[in-house]
Amino acid sequence: MAERKVAWKARKDNSLIGSDITRIDGVEKASGHAKYAADINTPGTLFARLLTFKGGAATVKTLDTADAEKTPGVRAVHVFNGVGKEVRWDGTIVAAVAADTPEQAEDGVRAIKVTYEAKPHWVDEEDLGGATTAKRTKPLGDNQKGEVAAALKAAKHVHKGYYGIATITHMCMEPHGSHCEWDGEDKLNVHLSTQNVSGTGGQFAGPLGLDASNVSITCNYIGGGFGSKFAADQWGVACAQLSKKAGKPVRLMLDRATEMKIGGTRPSGFIDVTIAADAEGNITVWDSHHWGTSGIAGSTISLGQLPYCFDGIPNRNRKATGISTNTGPNRAWRAPPHPQLCAVTATVIDDLAAKMGANSYDIFMKNLDKTPKPDVYAEEMKIGAKLIDWKAKWHAHGKGGGKGAVKRGLGMALHRWGGRAGATTCTVKVHPDGAVETFLGSQDLGTGTRTVIAITLAETFGLGVADVKVNIGNNSYPKANPSGGSITVGGVSGPLRRAGLEALWKIYDLVAAKHKVPADSLTAKGGKILSAGKAVCSWKQACGLLGPMPLEVQGQGPKNDGLTSSGVAGIQMADVSVDIETGIVRINKLVAVQDCGLIIDELTARSQVYGGLIMGIAYALSEERVMDNRTGRFINADLENYKLPRIGDIGELVVHMYQPDSEYERGVVGLGEPPVISTGAAISNAVANATGVRVPVQPLTPQRVLEALKGGQA
Amino acid sequence: MWDRNDQNRSGPDFSRRDFLKGSAAAATATAVATQGPEEAAAANLKTNVFAAAATSVTLNVNGKNHTVKVEPRVTLLHVLRNTLNLTGCKEVDERSADGADTVMIDGKAVLAGSRLAIECEGKEIRTVESLRQGEKVDAVVAGFVKHDAMQCGFCTPGFVVATRVFLDHNPKASLGDIQKGLGGNICRCGTYQGITACALEISTGGK
Repeated sequence: MAERKVAWKARKDNSLIGSDITRIDGVEKASGHAKYAADINTPGTLFARLLTFKGGAATVKTLDTADAEKTPGVRAVHVFNGVGKEVRWDGTIVAAVAADTPEQAEDGVRAIKVTYEAKPHWVDEEDLGGATTAKRTKPLGDNQKGEVAAALKAAKHVHKGYYGIATITHMCMEPHGSHCEWDGEDKLNVHLSTQNVSGTGGQFAGPLGLDASNVSITCNYIGGGFGSKFAADQWGVACAQLSKKAGKPVRLMLDRATEMKIGGTRPSGFIDVTIAADAEGNITVWDSHHWGTSGIAGSTISLGQLPYCFDGIPNRNRKATGISTNTGPNRAWRAPPHPQLCAVTATVIDDLAAKMGANSYDIFMKNLDKTPKPDVYAEEMKIGAKLIDWKAKWHAHGKGGGKGAVKRGLGMALHRWGGRAGATTCTVKVHPDGAVETFLGSQDLGTGTRTVIAITLAETFGLGVADVKVNIGNNSYPKANPSGGSITVGGVSGPLRRAGLEALWKIYDLVAAKHKVPADSLTAKGGKILSAGKAVCSWKQACGLLGPMPLEVQGQGPKNDGLTSSGVAGIQMADVSVDIETGIVRINKLVAVQDCGLIIDELTARSQVYGGLIMGIAYALSEERVMDNRTGRFINADLENYKLPRIGDIGELVVHMYQPDSEYERGVVGLGEPPVISTGAAISNAVANATGVRVPVQPLTPQRVLEALKGGQA
Repeated sequence: MWDRNDQNRSGPDFSRRDFLKGSAAAATATAVATQGPEEAAAANLKTNVFAAAATSVTLNVNGKNHTVKVEPRVTLLHVLRNTLNLTGCKEVDERSADGADTVMIDGKAVLAGSRLAIECEGKEIRTVESLRQGEKVDAVVAGFVKHDAMQCGFCTPGFVVATRVFLDHNPKASLGDIQKGLGGNICRCGTYQGITACALEISTGGK
């Protein structure tokens, strides 16, 4: 018998993999039956509300919760930051109240008497001079490669500019939080809104003095995480403590303002940069100093990956300065920190191209030799250019003509990501009646993990997607990777394919013995076991040969057997209209061309890219945290003033999944992060192309567009 | 909204007596022969006076009557989610700027977080859960699944209700109509493409 090898099927032999398959939990979600942590209502559940600090920095001077304790309906009060504690950013939780109803909990919060002693604060993330005077800066390193000064002298084209990208928040639709319920004195059941089902139990157990084995974490659905929901968090532990004090289950979800203030941010970056090229347009020099903030820790976007994607630029100086601000701390934000790196690199290259009088497309193309995947980028750029009609629609920056106030332009940018498979273990169970189920402590953030799991096993066993029962979202199942960094689809599909094949081979051996056919002639398709293409028995009959007990196989990953790999490219192009009288930017069309190895479900894969583009429109045009330096407060921490695009704001979106056989052969590579990375830079470049003026800082709000137009300089 | 330090009329300091003072003023207003619109509204208040304490309200939700005891300050959203366990409508932003709390009241799309439960007595309330009866699902729910108009799914039920009501009122909606008509809801994951495709497919009869 030929050696049995773990691999995906040949591409042409797939029934399910690579096609459009609707998600298996779609009806549950769309009809409102899916239960999130925020929806858990076990009998007697109390509701928690928070008292938060509103200002830049202070010490808690007095705190009196006596009246809160006596407020009708209030069952427990928990102090996060008592007298003498420093509260160092707007939104810091001071205390929480749990009561029979949310309204009574609000009464309780209002009954708390607190006074503060104000301390100096600094919240401006862009003003490097001011931050230096305020002693809020620290050097974050610098390094050199090549001979910058000599190369600058030798260069034919030199461009200097200032660019930046503001802090944004994660703004998960379901705020951070949990529902906690004790089972006796020492066993805790938590419904947690988390990207990390397998890893958060211990984070409750430690502070609560429990054995980690006595903490059950459940998360069947999560209403957005984007990198901000890996931890139990102090408010998760506090929920358990309130529950213990009250002797009742408690649901504690952050309110919207607090969610935005402390639930996670994406660090900002502002940069002074000089870039230069030789007469042929080869970029020879990058010289930059950037700064920004991640909150009190005072970091900014990392130094090591500038200039983004074009690491091969031979002469390079780079330097970073961090600003410590009294603002909510950063957390990993989808593709950290690539969107910011891209925003302060692809824009600079675009302006250099303009200075050279060249077509931006040509300069990006010419310099692909300095990127990690020149061939893939080149192919993707050609496809993108056709889809957006670059050749016909391109004009030099600001030279599009047209009599009216609305100017149209094109822009592009490119990105990269890793997306290796995460470490996951799964159990695959095949029952003697043919039923198939799997268990793994993973989570479906909305990327379609649950569906991908079902497809992987169904494809392996020749069954339908509905024939596989998927059990995820509980920490009693085999350990799965936290979902961050685009590692989950690879993380789960590898172990499932391995375990599935091992189970299938055992079943093949039983069928071969029973029906006197060679085991290596067998395939599983359409609910049947076939030998050399002819039906031998049904899947159910084959499983009946297992005897009375189910077959159980463990799968592990990642392994170097070709099921998964890493590294993607990806390009995006934007066609925008800018009203130079109002400063309003409208998206006409966005094109994304994205590779990602083998695609398991093309429908949900495309959704990831659409979603990336739309999140990209948000941070490119409207979304930002606005801090008030006088009061130290985050003044737009609500959904009226923190502007996200709505359904009419997205223009035409064109997604092209780059899928030559060479991609399929690479195995599964993560996709969640990459499509959000280059959208901002592509849009910014399109605005520069439309108007002939660079709007230096994203988001390109009407105010920033008008200010840049007033300045009139590209 | 809890971020505000403003005096909240529903707080513990706002007593029944304060409320009655207000209604006394309203009663005086009825004596005025010529009423402006404001006075007329104040006069109406007289018949709508509720004590601050919990009161019994019968709500017709998804065809069934539920009698619940609620304080007048409690929103329909909280009663649906916390008392009746109909959690398809979501609490995303206390200002209802996002539309995730959209439900149907007498066939109209209403933000349940911006409506007091006591206002909804005698009305026909329908939540997203009513769009699925066992295996049978509404065309909008089916369309959302078909076009993958969801990711995390938290905004999805609100969008489904908004789409259902919008299409009921605009059965032949164009792309432009859809882009305006569904502008009251926010999705963070970026599922607008699928939602648009779903609504357009239904309004154009599958063409």
